[in-house]
Order: sequence, then structure tokens, then C-alpha cells
Amino acid sequence: MNDQVLSKEQIAERVAKDIPRGAFVNLGIGQPTKVSNYLGADSDIVLHTENGMLGMGAEAHGDDIDPDLINAGKIPVTELPGAAYFHHADSFAMMRGGHLDTCVLGAYQVSANGDLANWHTGEPDAIPAVGGAMDLAIGAKETLVMMSLQTKDGRCKLVGECTYPVTGVGCVSRIYTERAVFVIEKDGVAVRDLFGTTMTELESIVGVPLRDATSERVA
Amino acid sequence: MTARVVTDPDAAVADIGSGATVLIGGFGVAGQPVELIEALVRNGAEALTVASNNAGNGDEGLAALVGQKRVRRIVCSFPRQSDSWCFDERYRAGDIELDLVPQGNLAERIRAGGAGIGGFFTPVGYGTQLAEGKETRIIDGVGHVLEEPIKADFALIKADTADEAGNLTFRKTARNFGPIMATAAHHTIVQVREVVPIGAMDPEVVVTPGIHVSTIVPTEATQR
Repeated sequence: MNDQVLSKEQIAERVAKDIPRGAFVNLGIGQPTKVSNYLGADSDIVLHTENGMLGMGAEAHGDDIDPDLINAGKIPVTELPGAAYFHHADSFAMMRGGHLDTCVLGAYQVSANGDLANWHTGEPDAIPAVGGAMDLAIGAKETLVMMSLQTKDGRCKLVGECTYPVTGVGCVSRIYTERAVFVIEKDGVAVRDLFGTTMTELESIVGVPLRDATSERVA
Repeated sequence: MTARVVTDPDAAVADIGSGATVLIGGFGVAGQPVELIEALVRNGAEALTVASNNAGNGDEGLAALVGQKRVRRIVCSFPRQSDSWCFDERYRAGDIELDLVPQGNLAERIRAGGAGIGGFFTPVGYGTQLAEGKETRIIDGVGHVLEEPIKADFALIKADTADEAGNLTFRKTARNFGPIMATAAHHTIVQVREVVPIGAMDPEVVVTPGIHVSTIVPTEATQR
């Protein structure tokens, strides 16, 4: 067990450790993109970007920038040997059809039964935008969330029921935070890893029942 | 049948009249038919329905159309961006109707429109605000939402190379919505980097067959 809570970089590293060799993976915009920094060159993992590419490489700089080659965050990227391009309907069919192994997304809230809220604050003056969030959340074989456990004002983001508008129902399988890794199970939430936090401390932060699974070894 | 090759973007979009439904390709700058959109801004058509992934950036192109209150309704997955102030203002003022659609549902609705499919059930969006009022069905134990096809009068897209038969190739992630939008419109107008004679394009590399293309506009500015 780590003695300290994880930094954002360390959360990304922790997520990367759980992605199996050879997986087809989509990393969401923002924090999840950091996961790519920790996927080893020998991992054989293929990155998908929903705007129409498999085999996406690192961010492009200088002379490598090509306006026709961007990721879903509209940032210039590079292509790796073996890359493929396809149109939007094929890209989302690939996702929705269950061919993508893993997607990693950020979240405003996740509920104890795996509902995800990450697209809309629901505030009356907010301009809604959804992009590919709903497609990703439902389409990948497993949806992992990486997020801070609490909001800036201290409210827990793992909740009994989402108060923000949901992105997908029952779609999240694991949640990676600075204090713990949570696994959404059929009958509740299990805690798989703790970082600089005791089970008692975690229970005082999280308002849903937690099962201590830290001593169980996951295959 | 050969496609019409038109060098003047204004002439290419001259038939787009008020009240038309127009699909506009591109994801960010990649695949955005900038010269055709600018020509549509000059064309003066009003009360348009536009389907496009975004709702315009900055003050030009689609943003200008929206800012000038010429778009009555927009079908779109991601209108909100740091520089989408034209849309934001019109939306808050209630001047524009927004049909917000998850990105993959948007793509599939356009594909369905072009493929003669009368709609489809998708799990994406089930149980969310974006499915409110839509027909649902449980299929294989999973909730699905009925999504309807999108068809249009015109599509404005950007490709890399066209031959005079209208066959198109695309380049990297600029392909995005182009091939599906080309199928879903009565008139597809394509701006391309280069037009080659019939016979000069390997049929094996064609992404969009010329049957879907009405007008080709070679534009200097699409050259990299």
C-alpha cells in the first residue's frame, strides 16, 4: 500500500497498470490522456480516437504537426506503424459494437451502481455539449473512471445517486482516485486499493457502503 | 455520369436557398470545408437547418452563419467550446433550436439517412436527458433508444482528391463525417485539394464513390 495519496500522474500510472497487454483503448479528453504516458512501448496497446483512427501516437510538435491529423481533443497527434483511418460512423460502430476493450473517462459523479455523470452540470445557463461521452461510456467493453474523490469544496463524487444529469446508466466498472481504487460490483462498491488513507477514513468521506477488498488479490 | 467541377465556391453553393437543410463536415479544422462555408455565408440563405459536429468557432464560417441568425435549428454533438460565443449568445437568447445528439448517434443517424434506414435502436443515451420523449425498447436485456435518420438537401464536405467521376479520397482524420454526409444529401458539394481525370484514380482507394457527389470545387486553400 502507498503511504501517501496519489498525484494525478500517479493515478494515471495506476490506471495504465490495469490495462491488459494488446488491448484496444480509448482515452478521454483531459486527465485520462495522461494514461498514455504510462503505457509501455512493449504493451502492444492500440489507442483509438473516436474522430476516426486506430494506432494513434504521441502528441505532434513542430514539423510533425499536420492539421489533418488530430485527436478527439482536437490536438495534433502522430500516427504509429499499423495505424488505420475510418469515418465517424465506422468509428462509433467499432465502439458501440463492443470491439473496444477499455475506455477511460473523467467524471463529475459516479453512483454506487455505476451510473456516470460527466457531460452536463445541469445549471440553467450552461450550454450543453455531449460529444462522444455517451457513446464511449456505453460502447466500450469496460469503462474506467479516473477522478478526484472529492470536489474542490469537499463533496464526495462517488455517490448513492447522481445529482448531475447522467451520461450512461450502470456503465462504470472501476473508479481510480487519489485515495482508493473502487470496483463497482453487482451488489455494491468494493475498495481494492488504498493510498495514504485508512478504510475508516475512506468511509467517513464516501457516503455509500463500502466492502473492504484490499486483501483480495485480483487476477 | 461525371460530377460538375466548379472553380468558384459561390457558384457551387448558389442553389442553397432559405429553409434548406445542410450537413457540414469537419471535426475541428480537420475536414472542414472552409471555402464552401464562407461561400454559404455570402450566399445569404436564411432559416437553415444545419447538422455539424460543432456549432462554429470564433467569428467566421459556421459561427458567422449562427451569429447572423441564419441558422434556425442546429443538430450537433458539441456546441460548447471556449470560442463558441456566437452560438452561446444565440442559444441563450432563444434564437436557435438545438438538437443535441451524442456524437456516434449523430454519425449513425446520418449514415441511416444515406442508407435508407428508417431509424435504429441504440443503447447510447438510454436513461439520460437526451433520450427524453424518445421511444425505447429493451433488446437482449439492454435499454435502447429509437433514433431517427437525418437527411439533407445539401452536404458541404472536404476531401483530398476527386476524379472527374466524383470519386473521392480523404486524408487522415479529415475523413471524419465526409463519407457519411455525402450519402445523406440530395446534393453533395465537395471541396478538394486536387481534381484528377477519370482513370487516374485507383478504384481500390476510392472511399466515397462518385454516385454520392454532385459538385466538386478545387480550392487552392485546401492545399497543405
